[in-house]
Amino acid sequence: MSAPGGRPVVEATGLTRIYAADGVAVRAVDGVDLAVEAGETVSVMGPSGCGKSSLLHLLGGLDRADAGEIVLDGRRVEGLSETSWAVLRRRTIGFVFQSFNLVDELTAVENVELPALLVGASARRARHRAVELLERLGVADRRDHMPDRLSGGESQRVAVARALINDPLLILADEPTGNLDSRATGEILRLFADLRASGQSLLVVTHDARVASTADRLLTMRDGAVIGHTHLGGVAPVGSVLAGLADFGDAGGAR
Amino acid sequence: MRDPILALLAKEPAHGYELRQRLVQALGPPGRALNPGQVYVTLGRLVKAGLVAVEQVGQSSHPDKKVYELTAAGRDRVAEWLADLSWPKVTPTDFHLKLIAAAVAGLADPVALIDAQRHELLRQLREVQEAILVEPPDSRGGLLLEGAALRLQADIRWLEVCEQRWLDWSIR
Repeated sequence: MSAPGGRPVVEATGLTRIYAADGVAVRAVDGVDLAVEAGETVSVMGPSGCGKSSLLHLLGGLDRADAGEIVLDGRRVEGLSETSWAVLRRRTIGFVFQSFNLVDELTAVENVELPALLVGASARRARHRAVELLERLGVADRRDHMPDRLSGGESQRVAVARALINDPLLILADEPTGNLDSRATGEILRLFADLRASGQSLLVVTHDARVASTADRLLTMRDGAVIGHTHLGGVAPVGSVLAGLADFGDAGGAR
Repeated sequence: MRDPILALLAKEPAHGYELRQRLVQALGPPGRALNPGQVYVTLGRLVKAGLVAVEQVGQSSHPDKKVYELTAAGRDRVAEWLADLSWPKVTPTDFHLKLIAAAVAGLADPVALIDAQRHELLRQLREVQEAILVEPPDSRGGLLLEGAALRLQADIRWLEVCEQRWLDWSIR
């Protein structure tokens, strides 16, 4: 799928971030090229410390690259002032974090509407949209709860609602199921599937194979670099698991 | 056992007892449970199938006078086996021996084999995951799929460990 006008929602070229650790330069992100097309889900896997979270932070403007280029929604990010970059990313990117990052002093619905208020939506409109999203994500009954009264799965659904409030072009998710049990992980996977079905573009950094497998494309990172790239969507496995589960080993019939 | 034995022969011709030793060493502790006769029985079958050739050597000092060697058909079969991704028909034991045989004989890069297998398992997991999403959240049918997903996750995690280890070995 290509974006309107045939361009990716985000495109990075030669992205590089170097940290100084104990006087040694560490290339946390080392010349990464990447593009996410509209409506596409891309996952990034790799061992811890491979640079996948750093990459996400660069793309989302939480950190600045030392070299390379990011084009977001057709606009080069490097030339932008801090303020314009902040405005652009608030309107185009929704973030989902491993530890939810909800504001403790605000209720669920106040957390969700906050990014809308920051880009200048009216209080009424922001509240209306926040409630709508909480309903869609199945946590409307938690709207007035404080974050510490929410389960992990509920917190992440509230966080996804917050990520969606400004109708972002792209959702960036950093280990979205890292703090969730198996049932809540299943719920988030259902939620992501619904988002994909509605045309949402997603870039998901994860070490959870279950989450990664649902992407259209998978990038594998090691030592700051992308070392592998494969299409998961549209390519059937060599061995069908479902066929295997229904194989009773007595296909020859009753003997 | 036929395919691993063929692959372990790929490096160079070997006596049956050498082959058995390679196998035991590659398997680690589970190798001790290996029936000594099994290697010879398998070799006999492989000779009959034309995948292995046997040569008698005049070596008076040792009772084992047979040297086994891959035929052209045997080499083709090894290449086919290395490329076969159909997990779990290719078992973890098979896969482990595949990596060792490929590395020892220089037939393929173990890390590339691991990558290909990992991608296959991710596609299998995707298939399961899509089926789970079609089921209502608390259906009984979904429970069987849940088990399949958990097993695949564990296998993928093991492949990640394999990859890290083989990378470390290749750097040393």
